Amino acid sequence: MLGFSLRSLWNRRFVAGLTVLAISLSVALILGVERLRDGARDSFANSASGIDLIVAPRGNSVQILMATVFGVGGTGTGMTWDSFEWLEDRPEVAWAVPIQMGDNHRGYPVIGTVASYFEHLRHSGGQPLSLAAGTFLSGDGADAAVVGAEVAARFDYAPGAVIVNAHGAGEVSFDLHDDAPFTISGVLAPTGTAVDRMVFVTLEGFDALHAQEYAPAADPLDPAAMPTDDHDDHDGHDAHEDHGEHEGTEAKHSHEPDRINAVYVGLIDRTNVLGLQRAVNERASDALSAVLPAVALAELWGITGTAERAMRLMAWAVALAGMIGMVVMLSATLDTRRREFAILRSVGATPTRIFSLIVAEAAILTAAGLILGLVLLTVATFVTDPILSARFGMRLGLNVFGMREMATLFVIFWAGLLASLFPAARVYRMTLADGLSVRL
Amino acid sequence: MFGPSGCGKSTLLSAIAGVVDVSPEAILVANNDVGALNGGARDRFRVDHIGIIFQVFNLIPWLSALENVLLPCTFSKRRLARAGEDPAKTARNLLDELGLSDTSLLCKPASELSVGQQQRVAAARALIGKPDLILADEPTSALDEAAKAAFVGLLARECVEAGSALLFVSHDRSLEHHFDRSVDFVALNGGAA
Repeated sequence: MLGFSLRSLWNRRFVAGLTVLAISLSVALILGVERLRDGARDSFANSASGIDLIVAPRGNSVQILMATVFGVGGTGTGMTWDSFEWLEDRPEVAWAVPIQMGDNHRGYPVIGTVASYFEHLRHSGGQPLSLAAGTFLSGDGADAAVVGAEVAARFDYAPGAVIVNAHGAGEVSFDLHDDAPFTISGVLAPTGTAVDRMVFVTLEGFDALHAQEYAPAADPLDPAAMPTDDHDDHDGHDAHEDHGEHEGTEAKHSHEPDRINAVYVGLIDRTNVLGLQRAVNERASDALSAVLPAVALAELWGITGTAERAMRLMAWAVALAGMIGMVVMLSATLDTRRREFAILRSVGATPTRIFSLIVAEAAILTAAGLILGLVLLTVATFVTDPILSARFGMRLGLNVFGMREMATLFVIFWAGLLASLFPAARVYRMTLADGLSVRL
Repeated sequence: MFGPSGCGKSTLLSAIAGVVDVSPEAILVANNDVGALNGGARDRFRVDHIGIIFQVFNLIPWLSALENVLLPCTFSKRRLARAGEDPAKTARNLLDELGLSDTSLLCKPASELSVGQQQRVAAARALIGKPDLILADEPTSALDEAAKAAFVGLLARECVEAGSALLFVSHDRSLEHHFDRSVDFVALNGGAA
């Protein structure tokens, strides 16, 4: 029966091919939308793992999360180093990592931070960051930089390479800090998160860039001398001196900038997170927000949920159109095939057999559509994966099918069979009425 | 059987073939009461015992000539069993005897055959597996005079060979001499038409 249906479809391969294409596009679209959504969620959730609280200048929690963890957009005006130290000294805090942002390296965000960043940040279900080559920020070299896997791959960077950063977040910037180059000390192993697209420098190095920018060029003939000169005048240095009496802190932070953009906080006991959040929000000297990454993510999904639903609805609408296309194709050919059915009847085919011939044709079309759809999706994933990961730091990955995808395919297949019952029922009635002679 | 158009010849053939409902004990074919059989059984009975040749368009266009001939064997065990050890070979022999020996022709889709060739393929399909009865519903009406006579001659000869009865419907009485017996449908019908 299937072979018979196949031959019959092959006879109408052009229209059948178009039908299969329509179904496959809808399958690819439905699964693609789901994968995109899952990929985005996973990648975001993976990026933010290991951080219990993000403290940043007061602002919208989603914005803070996007800016700090994903390097998209920025936070408000900086928070003081005092606040960082206050946080660090809180009894419930296990670790705190300062973050400075606002520069980019050829379009990739530059993060000013400390060596312990690499120790504490986790990705993809709790894995620590690891190096593909070189060393982490050692702490002493102000011009050291660690680059994410993707940055390194894109520009072919290896430890020892010298890079120049630019001010601002845009990909094209004319405001290059080319007088303050960094030397790459390490390249991170790929994580599949936003970290792959980041360039990490020391707080000192980050400040050195801006120290230059803020100061008038006193001696343009001697740029090499400027960072140190400037630094003495820089507020950051004053702060450093203010806290000079804390011996422990002094040893821990070789450089204390004036202002930072955010602090990643890890707690000793995560149940204290709400208490600390309240304490941060109530801190009088500095207007701060403490963001729970998971809560901010949930908020973000709440915002994108409508768009997601619209996309999903559209994908299913395309599937419906594909199904209708198939029913139209099967129905349209019925009249021209009446003769064929009469002949089959004359050689002993029962009306049920002819009914199942139509259903089998629909099954073949739908199954072919599903398979082609998966192929399309795989090809599309291959093509778009580098783009998505470059632009958004997310990976779709060629993951095997989840239960939900199987269920989706199952639903589409049965919908196809169900839809074919309409033309099949018509054929059934028609063959019964026609018998061996076709009435026109 | 001869008679003018529209007198009900085709309807009688449909009744014999078990496509239209008839009352029990009205029609007996090879000791089967066609009217007493239910739908599915009638379809099985039809392919087991009857070969049918239509006026025109006898073949499934997307199957090759050979596959068209073998169709009854895919639907009927009895026909398959009676088609010999290798049904494909039997089919080729039949086609050969009917004047279609060109093998390249046999593998072409049926839609590429001429009308005369199509009718001969249809005759081979009706004959394969030696059914008890062959119903031919004006199979020559699309053929010219020479081809007509040749076709009927071949068909009659093959029916004798297969041991099948042949009920040949036509309005063309010039073919009468090929048959043992001729019936005027109008007379058979009691002059009702």
